[in-house]
Amino acid sequence: MQSGLERATGEKMVLNFGPQHPATHGTLRIVLELDGETVLKATPHAGYLHTGFEKLGEHLDYNQYIVVTDRMNYLSPLSNNFGYVLAVEQLLGIEVTKRCQYIRILMAELSRLADHLLWLGTAALDLGAFSVFLYSFREREKLYSIFEKTTGARLTTSYTRVGGVLRDLYDGCEEDVRQFISNFPKALKETHTLLTRNRIWMDRTKGVGAISAADAVDYGLTGPCLRATGVAHDIRKAEPYSSYDEVTFDVPVGTNGDAYDRYLVRMEEMIQSCGIVTQVLDNMPDGSVNVEDNKITMPDKPDAYGHIEGLIHHFKIVMDGHGVQPPKGDHYCATESPNGELGFYIVSDGSGTAYRIRIRPPSFLHFQALPHMLEGGMVSDTVAVLGSLNVIAGELDR
Amino acid sequence: MNEENQVEEQPKPLILEKLEANHADALLAQDASRGTVVVVIHKDQVSAVLEYLKTDPELAYTFLVDVTAVDNSQMESELMQFDYARFMVVYQLYSFQGQCRLRVKVPVHENDLNIPSATGLWKSANWLERETYDMFGINFEGHPDLRRILMPDDFEGHPLRKDYPLRGRGERESFNFEKQNV
Repeated sequence: MQSGLERATGEKMVLNFGPQHPATHGTLRIVLELDGETVLKATPHAGYLHTGFEKLGEHLDYNQYIVVTDRMNYLSPLSNNFGYVLAVEQLLGIEVTKRCQYIRILMAELSRLADHLLWLGTAALDLGAFSVFLYSFREREKLYSIFEKTTGARLTTSYTRVGGVLRDLYDGCEEDVRQFISNFPKALKETHTLLTRNRIWMDRTKGVGAISAADAVDYGLTGPCLRATGVAHDIRKAEPYSSYDEVTFDVPVGTNGDAYDRYLVRMEEMIQSCGIVTQVLDNMPDGSVNVEDNKITMPDKPDAYGHIEGLIHHFKIVMDGHGVQPPKGDHYCATESPNGELGFYIVSDGSGTAYRIRIRPPSFLHFQALPHMLEGGMVSDTVAVLGSLNVIAGELDR
Repeated sequence: MNEENQVEEQPKPLILEKLEANHADALLAQDASRGTVVVVIHKDQVSAVLEYLKTDPELAYTFLVDVTAVDNSQMESELMQFDYARFMVVYQLYSFQGQCRLRVKVPVHENDLNIPSATGLWKSANWLERETYDMFGINFEGHPDLRRILMPDDFEGHPLRKDYPLRGRGERESFNFEKQNV
């Protein structure tokens, strides 16, 4: 069989894909040079959603910035909150309470489920499978109800705080989560029956957008996109943060690094996340969710209203230049967000505001590798490959 | 005998030993206090050191995680330490083999913003260096396509420099409006 490039006849057409194409899920733009239906060259353009998050970090204090992290990967804001405060805490040199660590893992894994579910629905929708979208959004809606009850918001969760979380889990949270987890594998199986052996889905994704393990590392791919190529790298295993070393789970890997393997890896990751959530609920420790240090976390409300020390601590936390002040130095902290390695590099000058915050977004590097996966393929595969990478514009452009 | 002297010293990380043996003249500073090894490298030898770190079979820092920069112009202590170099280009590396991270920092003076590009070693460096150029104006020599990436092509200035205001240039209130005679 001739490859796409061999079929090419030499006449070029330039097609502008995006920035407002429905299949780009955000303002992404790709300029495709086509010969017939073969992609000769793809040039991705980023920056349409650039919001200056890194610059903002130099003007907001450490707790204020949590709000900004919600808006980076808006499919899994809880993971972003988690990754950011972890970096600040490591810079401060503190460790949060065991209960807090478990709650954070719980929320991070639930948000991984929510992220993968949305990815599944939209990636399938792009290829014409509308019912999968309905099935996955039905499950995602249940998760968002849990998020709403826990954090008070569905999307802009801002749940974590430096040294703790906003508040403890609500009464009945465990039952809600357990009920969700017990139904979830059945719901996921419905999707499997719709897609995994579906002839159209396999034809559209198998061998499409393939990348080798060596190239994936060279391009800086992380997360499910890297694991689909066969590299069993997961930051939760390699550098266990929070309490990830206390839960057991497997790291699913693919073999071909194509869109189909990325799909299978994400599907299996959801099952693994369910296992982590169950273990976390079984072993949830009691105790406080905030560190016992009034220089870092807010005192409880009765304390702030009833005692002068509590009142002083409350004001000290929120007053400019009196709140959380990490020592001078810099630190890079990486977490395994649903999309891959989400890193925060924070430089502190010892004041209450970061001197520099750098966000290492997984989507930025995934989008960069897109031409490698597209060139030589068909124009219709562009949608399949872009969908399989799950490039989030808010995280891409920051 | 003083108690403090009896505290057992941490063994020196392999990476520091090897760098001292092979590239001692390039090494300006080193630190391993926060769990991650940090080395500061002289700009002239950054290509050689990065290549060494990537290809040495014992180290194998094959994964370039991130490239960014820090404008140290408002951080006096950092400026003093590295001969008043305004910018610090920061590379984050990861080794799958040793499962460890390494941070390589390179001081860059404002009067000579050129630094060799790492695109020959890692394809991921391409966009990361473009972003660093866009935000700080660092000129990566040998980069195949050094254009702005997040800001528009006709944008002036480099927004993450410390002398670029958060609100100001390009903002609505800083435009020159004709004063109407009311």
